[in-house]
Amino acid sequence: MNTSLVLLECIALACERDGRTLFEKLDLSISAGNVVQIEGPNGCGKTTFLRALTTLLPDYEGKIQWRGESIRRVRQAYLSNLLFIGHLPGVKNTLTPRENLAFLSSLHHQVGLSEIDAALAQVGLYGYEDMPGHQLSAGQLRRIALARLYLSRAQIWVLDEPYTAIDKQGVANLEALFVEHANQGGCVIMTSHQSPSIKQLQQVILQDYSPIHKDLKTKAGLG
Amino acid sequence: MNKLKTDIGVKLSEQKYNVDETSLTQGFLAVLKRDVVTAFRQRGDIINPVVFFLMVVTMMPLGISPESKALSFLAPGLLWVIALLATLLSLDSLFRSDYEDGSLEQLILSPQSLYFMSIGKVLSHWLTTGLPLTFVAPLLGVLLALPAEGYLPLLLSLLLGTITLSFVGAIGAALTVSLRKGGLLISLIIMPLYVPVLIFGASCVRMAVEGFSIGGPLAVLGAFCAAAIVLAPLAIAGALRMSVEA
Repeated sequence: MNTSLVLLECIALACERDGRTLFEKLDLSISAGNVVQIEGPNGCGKTTFLRALTTLLPDYEGKIQWRGESIRRVRQAYLSNLLFIGHLPGVKNTLTPRENLAFLSSLHHQVGLSEIDAALAQVGLYGYEDMPGHQLSAGQLRRIALARLYLSRAQIWVLDEPYTAIDKQGVANLEALFVEHANQGGCVIMTSHQSPSIKQLQQVILQDYSPIHKDLKTKAGLG
Repeated sequence: MNKLKTDIGVKLSEQKYNVDETSLTQGFLAVLKRDVVTAFRQRGDIINPVVFFLMVVTMMPLGISPESKALSFLAPGLLWVIALLATLLSLDSLFRSDYEDGSLEQLILSPQSLYFMSIGKVLSHWLTTGLPLTFVAPLLGVLLALPAEGYLPLLLSLLLGTITLSFVGAIGAALTVSLRKGGLLISLIIMPLYVPVLIFGASCVRMAVEGFSIGGPLAVLGAFCAAAIVLAPLAIAGALRMSVEA
């Protein structure tokens, strides 16, 4: 696999919200095989940055390119190569893990029942597959969303705080999965306040642009 | 779009990346199935509009007059107005839970067509509110002494009318989903659009009762219905994007 292939490129990205600069002059290039952690204090625009990457936030300046094409132009193809798991897991608590996962993955491609059960087993929900969501814990509900990673064929994973409410063993499993995905030519972009123990991890630090630090120049770049 | 797809097809063979198969029905069926299952797990959502319909209709004879002559004159209009309000009440929750649990984001980020997924959502809303209302209406016609000739036209006009109400109302629901108190705003946005449906629906029943042919108003209701099914999802999909991307 060609791991130097540039998948995503942000060029002079800037975003302003309610008159407050969240980030500006952000240049970033993410290649196949990268695991990128976006870091920074609360409210510095990590989620906003991820939402811009997923096309959920159209209101930014600069360019985001996927394989050299603006993501606005090739939106449909880009979306089929993108898996986004946000703060909100998109899981219904009236449905069972099996039904939830079947629905979420069918938004991308058809998945068989045996694959769904295998993915649920991977995140430790085997045995709970027919239990309605309101009987599951917050961590278990998040695990349903994370089970999508095992079913995904998407090359770009954008994950907002994937470790929230996940136990130590779960975090270790996720890290192993990220490494495997990167080695197969994918890339992972995530935010987290923990420091993952992944060898090829690259960190991007978003500067805090709160009014006090306004004179600071952006230092965002690959760490 | 087709040109885009062939462009992508060429690059796909060069660079080996995956493009999901998008079919028109896949997203539609997935959303429809999930929403109908969810609605049946939370039966309150289905029963609420029907109970509202039942309660208001049973109060009419008490409030107006138990005389069947007075009631039968008002019945066509009353049944239609109450069915319309019952639909309006159920609209606020249409996209609310999807917005709050994040599945709306996932729908928008799906490569499947949002147009067809919106149709799936609205259709499941209609199956769980409009359709039960349509079938309960003739029973409630008895309570309001609706003359015998009115029953079939009532059923037919509500069948076509409630589909229109669901599709048009969903535009309002999609526009207001990101607002915390969208309920009143939906009514203000949607009410003017509901007026023509109400006029033709109620007059369809009244004309049948008075012995005229109902072909005309029924045809107009059918036209409204067809136009709503085709055009409303465009507005719904756009409004949903706007609400989530804000």
